[in-house]
Amino acid sequence: MDVHDVHYNVNSRSIFAGVNVKVRRGRITAIMGPSGTGKTTLLRLITAQAAPSQGRITVFGQDIDHVKGPAVYALRKRMGMLFQNGALLTDMTVFENVAFPVREHTDLPEPLIRRLVLTKLQSVGLRGATDLMPAELSGGMARRVALARAIVLDPEILLYDEPFVGLDPISMGMIVRLIKQMNDALGITSIVVSHDVKELATIAHDSYLISGGKVVASGSPQELDRSQDATVRQFMTGSAEGPVPFHYPAPDYHTQLMEEEP
Amino acid sequence: MSQGRNGFLLEGVRRFGAVVLFLMSLLVQCVPALGRPRLIVHQIYNTGARSLIIIMLSGLSVGMVLALQGVNLLQRFGSEEVLGTAAALGLLRELGPVVTALLFAGRAGTALTSEIGLMRATDQLTAMEVMAVNPLRYVAAPRFLGGVIAMPLLAGIFSLIGLFGAQLVGVGMRGVDKGSFWSQMQDSVDLHDVSEGFTKSIVFGVLCSLIAVHEGYNSEPTAEGVSLATTRTVVASSVLTLLVDYILTAAFLN
Repeated sequence: MDVHDVHYNVNSRSIFAGVNVKVRRGRITAIMGPSGTGKTTLLRLITAQAAPSQGRITVFGQDIDHVKGPAVYALRKRMGMLFQNGALLTDMTVFENVAFPVREHTDLPEPLIRRLVLTKLQSVGLRGATDLMPAELSGGMARRVALARAIVLDPEILLYDEPFVGLDPISMGMIVRLIKQMNDALGITSIVVSHDVKELATIAHDSYLISGGKVVASGSPQELDRSQDATVRQFMTGSAEGPVPFHYPAPDYHTQLMEEEP
Repeated sequence: MSQGRNGFLLEGVRRFGAVVLFLMSLLVQCVPALGRPRLIVHQIYNTGARSLIIIMLSGLSVGMVLALQGVNLLQRFGSEEVLGTAAALGLLRELGPVVTALLFAGRAGTALTSEIGLMRATDQLTAMEVMAVNPLRYVAAPRFLGGVIAMPLLAGIFSLIGLFGAQLVGVGMRGVDKGSFWSQMQDSVDLHDVSEGFTKSIVFGVLCSLIAVHEGYNSEPTAEGVSLATTRTVVASSVLTLLVDYILTAAFLN
């Protein structure tokens, strides 16, 4: 997968101004960056939910700007995506949620669907939760069910949108191990969008740091850790001081405090 | 002032165009959705069966009020035996479809809009898109078809219960002759009256379900966005039902 010189604007506000990302087959690629830099937007562009204003995105050798209509769905069938909140269908049980893509895209007989779903749920440790409704699951469990659903059709590329947000250390550890397992055992190409540097460093082969609409650094997580670039250092060490400002642009603090009420 | 009026008009035209385009995409997706009768039956249950109690209670009360007012009015002309005809025509041609549509908008329409709106807000529709499942086909079309099928059924039940209520008060409490009540009705009400009510309820079914599904599907993915969409569903469905009712009534009487 190749993202080449992508520009993307929303209401004349520039989100990306020439982003380049190369994802190699069978590897885990981390896309990192401060909140609000458009990491999730990049996933929307890759899955053809939005079109770049300029530049080219190639997935499975196809320029997705030229893929239209049913071909978009054919392309998406080869990808899986794990949403930040799981995005499970709330009117279905855990089993039905995982079975959903299989029922929609195949004519497999029911006994086979059952075995397939149970196998995937076993791999995320939730075979015992088949009859629960999404409202009965914890955040970590919902994300694991969503992961089982994302891999049920054995996708070639798996996209993870902020998979570690809001999880307790145990659930986070489980998700980290699962991402690694999916990559090792199934050879799935993984793209993980996150700002959790520590977790990503343990699993990612390649990483990209996006800030201000551009890729400011790329390489292995270790290379990024050794980088002397000010933006990279600020992000990796979590410092409030640096090129990425803590304060949203505002008038002078003291002047504003002393001003009369308008 | 004129610029403001033009802007308002332009926004109205834009909204109408968006609804028409949405309806066209929805109708295209209704064809494959018909191949999944289980989903449609589920939605008929959701919108229809779950509205039964409110429809039956309202039908009974409207029928009873109709009988009270009818007897009072008809007694002035000494013709209370035509109460059955008056109640049947009023319910079948007008009150049945219209009041059912208004109740449908408040009960089922709001439920449809908020359900689809929340699905949008919690990324469920996006997740379907990414799983290569068209949410218009899987979510919107069965709900739309369910509403269109449920509305005439509900309107029919409303009219029948209303007639029962009218008989309860007219015959049971106000002393109208039972034989006259039913025979007059049998003589005067024909298939044309039934088909007028049926046509209206189908049109209102399309209108109310379309508005509910459209508003939910296109709502802003926030708590405020879903709440605004739900309000718009009730307001637009109710006002349009009454306006379209006038047009249909005029067309049928001509």
